[in-house]
Amino acid sequence: MTASLQDPVLSVANLRVSIGGRMEAVRGMSLAVARGETHCMVGESGCGKSISALSVMNLLPRGIIRTADHIRFQGQDLLAMSERQMSRLRGDKISMIFQEPMTSLNPAYTIGSQMSEVLERHRRATRRQAMDRAAELLARVGITAPGMRLGQYPHQLSGGLRQRVMIAMALMCDPELLIADEPTTALDVTVQAQILRLLQKLQQELGLALLLITHDLGVVARMAHRVSVMYAGEVVETGTVADVFAAPTHPYTRGLLDCIPVPGKTQTGEPLGNIPGVVPRIPPGFAGCGFRDRCMSAAPECAQAVPLRDAGGDHSYLCRLPPDWTRVSAA
Amino acid sequence: MTYAIEVRNVYREFKPPGGIVRSGRPVRAVDGVTFSLPAGDVLGVVGESGCGKSTLARLIMGLLPPTSGEILVDGRSLTGMDRRERARLIQPVFQDPFSSLNPRHRIRDIVGLPLASQGDIPKARQVDRVMEMLARVGISSEMAERMPGQLSGGQRQRVAIARALVLHPRIVVCDEPTSALDVSVQAQILNLLTELRRELGLTYLFISHNLAVVEHIATEVAVMYLGRIVEQAPAQDLFRTPAHPYTKALLSSVLTPDPALGIPDVGLGDAYPDPTNVPPGCRFHPRCPSAFAECAATMPDNIRKDGRLVECLLATTS
Amino acid sequence: MSSVGIAQGLPGRRRFPAFRRLATLLGVAIVGIALLVAIFAPYLTPHDPFAQDLNLRLIPPVWMEGSQPTHLLGTDQIGRDYLSRLIYGTRISMLIGVLTVVTSGLIGITLGIVGGFYGGRTDDFVMFLITCRLSIPLILVALTVVALVGSSLAVVILTLGLLLWDRFAVVARTTTMQVRNLDYIAAAQAAGASRMHILVREVLPNIANHLVVVATLEMALAILLEAALSFLGLGVPPPLPSWGLMIAEAKEYMFFSPWVIMTPGIVLFVLVLGINLLGDGLRDMLGADLER
Repeated sequence: MTASLQDPVLSVANLRVSIGGRMEAVRGMSLAVARGETHCMVGESGCGKSISALSVMNLLPRGIIRTADHIRFQGQDLLAMSERQMSRLRGDKISMIFQEPMTSLNPAYTIGSQMSEVLERHRRATRRQAMDRAAELLARVGITAPGMRLGQYPHQLSGGLRQRVMIAMALMCDPELLIADEPTTALDVTVQAQILRLLQKLQQELGLALLLITHDLGVVARMAHRVSVMYAGEVVETGTVADVFAAPTHPYTRGLLDCIPVPGKTQTGEPLGNIPGVVPRIPPGFAGCGFRDRCMSAAPECAQAVPLRDAGGDHSYLCRLPPDWTRVSAA
Repeated sequence: MTYAIEVRNVYREFKPPGGIVRSGRPVRAVDGVTFSLPAGDVLGVVGESGCGKSTLARLIMGLLPPTSGEILVDGRSLTGMDRRERARLIQPVFQDPFSSLNPRHRIRDIVGLPLASQGDIPKARQVDRVMEMLARVGISSEMAERMPGQLSGGQRQRVAIARALVLHPRIVVCDEPTSALDVSVQAQILNLLTELRRELGLTYLFISHNLAVVEHIATEVAVMYLGRIVEQAPAQDLFRTPAHPYTKALLSSVLTPDPALGIPDVGLGDAYPDPTNVPPGCRFHPRCPSAFAECAATMPDNIRKDGRLVECLLATTS
Repeated sequence: MSSVGIAQGLPGRRRFPAFRRLATLLGVAIVGIALLVAIFAPYLTPHDPFAQDLNLRLIPPVWMEGSQPTHLLGTDQIGRDYLSRLIYGTRISMLIGVLTVVTSGLIGITLGIVGGFYGGRTDDFVMFLITCRLSIPLILVALTVVALVGSSLAVVILTLGLLLWDRFAVVARTTTMQVRNLDYIAAAQAAGASRMHILVREVLPNIANHLVVVATLEMALAILLEAALSFLGLGVPPPLPSWGLMIAEAKEYMFFSPWVIMTPGIVLFVLVLGINLLGDGLRDMLGADLER
């Protein structure tokens, strides 16, 4: 991996998102995505991963407030940008694809007109040029007979094809950063593998910075260069994917990895590891570790500020425990 | 020997909403399925969306009548069976615990419904059994007074399991019971289902698109494709030596959390299965990486050998 | 590109602007007062609403010249106390509103739920009934009924109740179709619950919020229709103090004594406005999205 961390395409420092002053959705999230790098944000529902991505794009619903030390895209400060400047960036240098392509595509327009519109808006291209580009990209994302597909409507395509169209559409303006929020969750497993392969191939060929949001540790392991594990609005562990999967250190990461059945590894009929309890809602003014209520190794000092510890290399985690801690037996 | 579930050559068609000018062709969601499941086993049914696995589940629960064919549960035919009797034999657990519990009813009333519907169980006895079952699945008596909206997804799925088991049925049909849950909660529910099966001697029909989950819980696995079972085998055999190309593709698409491995090439083409337009010959041939000329013309037979079933021309020739 | 899909999972406060809240409160107040007045009418009236006194004809209300302090809103053309008649009129209007909605609701909701739940032929039949109902000219039917059986309060309620069920049926049908395919219905079927239980205990509570909104709209409509029918002489028979009838009886005097037509008109307007505001508020609160 040649990605250098000196000049990340996207850099977020200490992002906080508060929902109506009643709930802290994101609590001091920092993250950097370099050119040519796939960075996965993984976590369960409500951990703040999607809302962090929306914060970067400044697409938060009304009543939700973001603050951060900085959010930088290629050196530009996104926090200081007007909505007008942001909308010029969105779909151009920063693109986003969502979980359900059906709700992101307008059912009333053909694939071709929706794709070309992006280029006409951002690049003042003619319809002819834009259509040519759209056809080229559809072929590139593995759609056969792109000319015919351009004239079709979203409902005429299968879920997998629609997600391919969404990817092609996101690439219309040669983006530097692609944010993909659970792009394969609504798809069948075989189609998921195809779409992920495509994303990986495009990312390598185009040198994209890819921020991939998922709940699936399998997707993370197979796709990511770096991973950030999120829990209750914080990045509790981050590092290269090899480091984190070889030596998961935060109790939550370890617990999560124990939860998934792995063919050939977990025994049929034997109990899986599990994390008791449910994901908490964090009120404003909450201090200490967000995971302590569910943690087997929780101690009184977990209610105070938790240190960010170094586990060697780029690998760090947010816990009082040393890197070589061993699990207290659950029983 | 009586089987817990016996499905004999079952078909189920759906008529698409017809226009005035022409009515659409009927869609065969289940297209000639036959299998039998011994008591105490767990049959995992896997396949992609639209393969007919959920329709099959509804047929077996008696919520839909088959277009033709016969379904026996515990040796008795479902057709004409009294709804109370059926409820004592077979119960469902659904995928989405946010739509499977009536949002306007209290938890204890939801779990008590199968008992109340029997019509001959005294009220006090009903309450005892509801509380006993809720305690068994890990729901406190205080939560029994709440509404479903006040519970988390995992708690709601526990409630759904309690409702399914309160009549002590022989068979539980689990239709994607963990797909809507978070990873950590999925493990809790899978462990609970495994424990309950052992304690109560239950038979599960376990439908899922997640092969890792099926491998973990099933003793026997059936792979469905466009309404038919294309391969069926004991779980270990199927995962170790898959015979059908589709099973192989499904297995290779499982993403285990192993960073050393990349994204697999499942080898399936662009073509997507469309139940309204089933291809001639082998229905999998447009996507099959091992297809040859004859596959487009000849529908493969069911090959049954050593307790396995494969429906593929390759298995016939070799 | 929309962010709706992602924003759904977030706890957000339903936007409920101050103006809308004020309007709803106004609606609640109006309907509440009307209900109290209707129930306690005999204790509130200063005079017998039927007592005539030809010596006291067309006395103007207190704010006008020539008024009498005992008759706050004056008297009508045959000397009956106008305030007392208005108070009793509230009773008639509310009675008609409520009973019509109960009758039409019973018919419409039953048809709608059955059609929406069972679909197929049953649903075709229900749809046909709704179409037939929408093709019936209301006023002509009322005219025929009155011509055949004569006019009375019961006839008005029954006529309106038998004719105003269509919106209940349409809303109950579409909402039932949405609920029918949810898993809790399948779970209840698998639990061995009876059809009656499923329709009444599983479906009905989940579509009730939509139906409550329809009920308010229909109630307002019934009250207006009763006034119209009474005005035409097809509704409540004299001497009952229906507001529509009061307007009809006063129309000959409206140029010289405009209040006799103004007061019942204003009261009618206020009550119908109140019910509609209440309905709007309920719709916002219950999250029922219907077009009107």
